Amino acid sequence: MASIETFMGEDHKACDARFARAEEAVGAGDWSAAASEFEAFRKAMERHFEMEEGVLFSAFEDRTGMTGGPTMVMREEHEQMRGVLATLAEAVEAQDADEYLGQAETLNVLMQQHNIKEEQVLYRMLDEHLAAEAEALLARYADIEAG
Amino acid sequence: MAQLSYEQAPPLSVPFRFFLTAPVFGLLCAALALWQGPEIFDSRWMPAAIGATHLLTLGFLASVMIGAMMQILPVLVGAPLPAPRTVAWVTHLLLVAGTLALVSGFTWLQPTLLWFAVLLLSAGLAVFFVAVVLSLVHVRTWNTTVGVMWAVAIALAATVTFGALLGASLGLGVALPTGALYSLHPGWGLLGWVGMLVIGVAYQVVPMFQMTPAYSDKLTSWLTWAIFAALALWTLVRVALGDVGIAFAHGLELALAAAYAAFALITLDLQRQRRRRLADVTLDFWRVGMVCLIVAAAAWTVKLTAIFALPDAFDVFVGVLAIIGVAVSVVNGMLYKIAPFLVWFHLQTSNTRRTPVPHMKKILGDAEQRTQFRAQLVALALLLVAPWWPPLAYPGGVALALSMGLLLRNLLAIMRVYRQTRSDRAA
Repeated sequence: MASIETFMGEDHKACDARFARAEEAVGAGDWSAAASEFEAFRKAMERHFEMEEGVLFSAFEDRTGMTGGPTMVMREEHEQMRGVLATLAEAVEAQDADEYLGQAETLNVLMQQHNIKEEQVLYRMLDEHLAAEAEALLARYADIEAG
Repeated sequence: MAQLSYEQAPPLSVPFRFFLTAPVFGLLCAALALWQGPEIFDSRWMPAAIGATHLLTLGFLASVMIGAMMQILPVLVGAPLPAPRTVAWVTHLLLVAGTLALVSGFTWLQPTLLWFAVLLLSAGLAVFFVAVVLSLVHVRTWNTTVGVMWAVAIALAATVTFGALLGASLGLGVALPTGALYSLHPGWGLLGWVGMLVIGVAYQVVPMFQMTPAYSDKLTSWLTWAIFAALALWTLVRVALGDVGIAFAHGLELALAAAYAAFALITLDLQRQRRRRLADVTLDFWRVGMVCLIVAAAAWTVKLTAIFALPDAFDVFVGVLAIIGVAVSVVNGMLYKIAPFLVWFHLQTSNTRRTPVPHMKKILGDAEQRTQFRAQLVALALLLVAPWWPPLAYPGGVALALSMGLLLRNLLAIMRVYRQTRSDRAA
């Protein structure tokens, strides 16, 4: 049975891979590839956020009654990342490589420290509290529209 | 319940006072090298050489490592450090005063100052050690990083204890019970506290900064424990058996050198497979550090297995490799990720009016980082040759001063963006 830790950790890696491809295209000055790679990356991120906020975090909050705890902090960090993703979208639109690469560097550190907190602390808490329903919850990933 | 909150992120002044202190001590080290001249490279036993070493190990390395640990420990292990403001204030003050007293004591041969330095440094580092332990005992979810941080904290305590015994005996003029302390203090400092922290941080940041494959679970689960166990056994052998056990002790040193060389090779191999291919100064600092680690391990192996006695210069050469080549490089490189990100993060979380926050490369540009990296590389190259040809102490000192001056300028520029953005916002 897949754990939340494994499944969502793998999804982090998939998002990372898309991030790297978009950045590489920008670095190479290939703006048509950059636009499509960035769009794929943004959709993957949004899908991941949706899966957490709409499915896993809300199930955890319902189960434990903790709405002001770690999931709130993770939701706030998602908002910060959405903010940086919006500036990246503008940079792609304006074909501004310096702006894109500077924002991407920032997003990477933000994203990775966020992932460490989720993978090493929060997902384990989710697995602990949602053990019985984990499989059913993870199955809902397929239903989430990408972007 | 493990906590995750912004409150875990200490105020910006907590890590930055340590970061800004580091290049100032780097400049003092360069000044000492220029003032003392080529003699400083004669042997590791020269008082001025011991002073210069501690300007780097305490003033530069410990300063940044402590500041960074206060910042990242809450993120890595999910448990906050208690009273971060007070701990930072006390530890920083005692570390700075203690380092100045220690270095002055060695440079001007003042035993009273050494004794005083022992008190200040032991007290300051004990406060930090207790804070780290209190944070670690509150960890609910055990992971590899938590284990490494325990080992790092114990290694720091061992380094300080052995150093304090040395300092106290020199300061009070009491003969030491054993000469082993002269090996145990640098051994635990470099192979324990610095080396294991570098490994523990590498497990997290090498894959995340450049998007490389992760270190294998097999490696991460045993490597630091093997190093820690080897250091503990080595200590027992040195203290209990003395010269009788010297062959066994050397065997353990060879094993430690092999473990560190393997870690460096694996790190370089992972970095070679990185997904992010764009030039990055932090990556280049890491690669310089890992190459120096391999050379240092090879050099130590040569020393232990050589059939003839090697000159004093050889020890100094290995010291420069380990301290400036490995540790200063990695720490310097990490500063360029941690410092701009923290400024961005604090500007972002205090951003109630949703005004644009400058991104990391606007907070500190690549060009400024690259220039300092080059200066540091020149300094390293000159200082590696200086033990063999001492007149290079002068250009080496000048290059180190230039590099540390540029690092200080870069860190101040980062702080300036923070202050400027805050005051623009308030206006």
